Amino acid sequence: MTTTVEEILERKSHAVTRDAEVAPTHDIREALFELEAKGEIVVQRVPENHVEVTTKYGRTKKIPIDHTWHHKSCGQCGHIPGYTSSIYWLHRQFNLDYLDPTDQTSCTGWNYYASATSNAAAQAAVMSRNFAAAYETGYFPTIHCGTSYGHYKEIREQLVHHKELRDEVRRILDKMGKPLVIPEELVHYSEWVHVMRKKFAEKQTVDMSMIRATVHPACHYYKIVAEDAIYDPEIYGGQRTATVTATLESLGIDVADYSTWFDCCGFGFRHVLVQRDFTRSFSTLRKIEVMKNEVNPDLTVTHDTGCVTTLDKSQFSAKAHDRNVGIPVLSDAQVAALAMGAHPFRVVQFHWHSTDWRPFLDKLGINWQKYWDEFQNDLELIRAGQKSGITWEDADKPVVYA
Amino acid sequence: MPTTQENWNPGKSDNRHPEVSYEEKERLFLEVKNDPRYEDFLYGCYECGICVSTCPSARFYDYSPRVIAQAMAREDIERVYDIISEDIWNCAQCFSCLRCPRGNNPGGLVTLLREVAVKNGLQETKDVLQGYSRVIYKVMLKGNQVSPDMLQPDFFPDWGPWVGEFSKNMPVWRKAIPVDTLRGVTDAAWKTDRKTLLELYTIWFETGNMDIIKEIDEGLFDLLADVMQEELEEG
Ligand code: SF4
Ligand code: SF4
Repeated sequence: MTTTVEEILERKSHAVTRDAEVAPTHDIREALFELEAKGEIVVQRVPENHVEVTTKYGRTKKIPIDHTWHHKSCGQCGHIPGYTSSIYWLHRQFNLDYLDPTDQTSCTGWNYYASATSNAAAQAAVMSRNFAAAYETGYFPTIHCGTSYGHYKEIREQLVHHKELRDEVRRILDKMGKPLVIPEELVHYSEWVHVMRKKFAEKQTVDMSMIRATVHPACHYYKIVAEDAIYDPEIYGGQRTATVTATLESLGIDVADYSTWFDCCGFGFRHVLVQRDFTRSFSTLRKIEVMKNEVNPDLTVTHDTGCVTTLDKSQFSAKAHDRNVGIPVLSDAQVAALAMGAHPFRVVQFHWHSTDWRPFLDKLGINWQKYWDEFQNDLELIRAGQKSGITWEDADKPVVYA
Repeated sequence: MPTTQENWNPGKSDNRHPEVSYEEKERLFLEVKNDPRYEDFLYGCYECGICVSTCPSARFYDYSPRVIAQAMAREDIERVYDIISEDIWNCAQCFSCLRCPRGNNPGGLVTLLREVAVKNGLQETKDVLQGYSRVIYKVMLKGNQVSPDMLQPDFFPDWGPWVGEFSKNMPVWRKAIPVDTLRGVTDAAWKTDRKTLLELYTIWFETGNMDIIKEIDEGLFDLLADVMQEELEEG
């Protein structure tokens, strides 16, 4: 007997039951605590001040609010610095204690996924060294990069399941006098944004209700070790991850759906650097143009550096081919900061983005020229040696738009 | 050749690389298969094609995660060699294929295949990675991949004229970032302590990662090893 479309829709219309007891995957935290009890690893606990959220199969995940150690992302810091400054700016608006460490390397996953000139032990040792560095400070790691986050979750599984790997990593860490530490939760910055979203809305000064946005969920956030991503029955009926979308909705933005939401952005690790025909074509034809044709958003929002870079930079050449493109690309943190009055250039750093963002700021009623002139003045002072650079003193105060 | 009872060999592939012996191909396959992660990544294949429907590379190239899972599961040595010498470099490592109902991880299999290809210095791999060596150099020495000074118009002409603005204004724009670890930094993603880099170099040597690089690009290895060893000795 064939199943009718009506039957499928009927089945899908029921609320999703999320029961941690019957989850099809094991709870990694139980395994972590077992290993700790055996003296094999140290489990760094989530600080007291945290919020509990629900993951894909109904398990609870703790998201720390403050006392966080910020594992930065190569792409964020290299190409989109407004990403990082927006995350910190948001912390500062609530006087939340955070650490911006210099004792951090990248997860080196970009190189690993692109070229595999690394191996499991090196990848696990890099991760463990970073986590030990956080543990030494007493601050809890929050990971800015979607790839680092997914990659670390994969390594966490490998460390739990393969004793030889644990032993090898411990041998290397011993040489540095560091313990083998695995945090109780691996937390992506967008999860922090997610649990803070209502607080952001309380401090929101820029009306965003006229904005329509699309969301590109980052592959490595919810496809790798999928059971650990945040889901909410209120968002897409719990069928897709709730991060980013829930944040935008809290800020009053109309989130519009489009058919290729599951597709990756086309980054491809090596492709974005040396095979850009793939990246350009995929990101514009499968993502940007589909969004544009189906819902014509004012901007598209994502939560990973690679995705922002790919979706933003690829649009130039597609435009040259008369494709229907032209959507500014931002991170959730940048949008939230802007909604609370972050300076468009000192904090959000729009000038590092390629696709024209001016129509978006115009629609919000932000006289971007005025703030650009202000920023140019900062740059003049820096050029003249009268100012060493922009500091938080210059950037902390929210802008009150007329 | 017409298919007969004698040559009917379902699922097995032709020998498209006669210059490489079957034994060598089998050795490479076994190296992948013996990786402890292999069993976490491959359980068999329904040949349902769900992975293909979500795979960006399958949409763009003559590439299929299903064929990879199939060839590995059937232990089709010839086909696996075709894959390791060429196909693996098309994977975008997005892990959309983790949607597999059988619990396979074709993207993960590609990672293992790439590791073996690099470790064994396959010629195709050396060719593919040539253009990528400056990124490897950066990550090994700086501990992060993307530095702002890589934003050069000659390297990214297709990113539009704005790239010229980035590179022209780089020194001053980088000072105009309020984040303490980013302010003024142009040759790395963020400020990193020397001690942190020395610990990273220790990891590269201890895990045999430097030997892997030697296999793939001896010139790059010499360059890196010199700097790292000197630093470690002083450190
Ligand atoms: S990880 Fe590779 S094989 Fe899997 S869907 Fe992405 S591109 Fe395809
Ligand atoms: S989704 Fe899984 S089972 Fe289906 S073809 Fe791909 S690898 Fe095979």
